[in-house]
Amino acid sequence: MSESLSGGFVRASRDARPRLILAQAHRRRGFVAALLHRLSGVALAIFLPMHFLALATSLQGANALEAFLVLTRNPFIKAAEWGLVTALALHLALGLRLLAIELLGWRERSAAIVPAAFAAAIAIGVLFLLNAG
Amino acid sequence: MTAKLFLAQRVTAAILAFVVVAHLSMIIAAEHAGLTAGAILARTHHNLVLFAFYALFVVAAAIHAPIGLRNVIAEWTGWRGRSLDLAMGAFAVALATLGLRAAFAVYSA
Repeated sequence: MSESLSGGFVRASRDARPRLILAQAHRRRGFVAALLHRLSGVALAIFLPMHFLALATSLQGANALEAFLVLTRNPFIKAAEWGLVTALALHLALGLRLLAIELLGWRERSAAIVPAAFAAAIAIGVLFLLNAG
Repeated sequence: MTAKLFLAQRVTAAILAFVVVAHLSMIIAAEHAGLTAGAILARTHHNLVLFAFYALFVVAAAIHAPIGLRNVIAEWTGWRGRSLDLAMGAFAVALATLGLRAAFAVYSA
C-alpha cells in the first residue's frame, strides 16, 4: 500500500514538474504584459496633452500647424513618434488581452496571446517607419 | 477601484479598441501620403464624421486614461485618497478640454 502510494507520488511529481514550469512561464509572461501595458499607458497619458496642444496650433491657421510639423521632421522626433505609435499599438493589443481574460474567461490561453500582442505592436511600428517620410 | 470606475474604464476600453485601430490606420495612411498641415486639414476641414470620431476618441480617452493612471499611481507611489481623486479628475477635465479644442481646431481650420 505504502509502496503504491510512494510510486504514485513519484509519478505525480514527474507529471507536476512540467506543469509547474509552464505555470511559472505563464506568470512571468503575465507580469511582463501587465508591466508593459502600464508603462505604455503612462507614456500615452503624458503624450496626449502635448498632442492636443500641437493640433490646436491650427486654430491660428494652417501655417501655424505646418510650422510645428516642420519641427517634427528630424530623426529624433521620428524615433519618438515611432515609439509612441508602437506604445499605442502595444497598449491596444495588451488591453484586448485583458478584456478577453475578464469578459471571455481566456485565462488559460492568455499567456500564449502575449507574444502575439508584441508581434502585432512591432509590426505596426515597422509599418509606421516604412511609411514615415 | 470602485465598481463604477472599473465599469467606466472597461466600457471606454471597448470603445477605444475600435477607435484606436481606425486611428492607427489613419496615422499610417497619413504618413504614407506625406504629413503636411495642408494634407491633414484637407481631410478634417468641415468633416463632421471625423469631428464626431475624434470627439468620441477624446471623451473615451479622457475617462480611460485618468482611471488607469490613478491605479498605477496608487499602486506604485502609495499616493491615494481624495487628493489623488481630485488630481485625476482635473487631469480628466484637462484632457477633455484640450482634446475637444484640438478636434474643433482641425475641423474649423
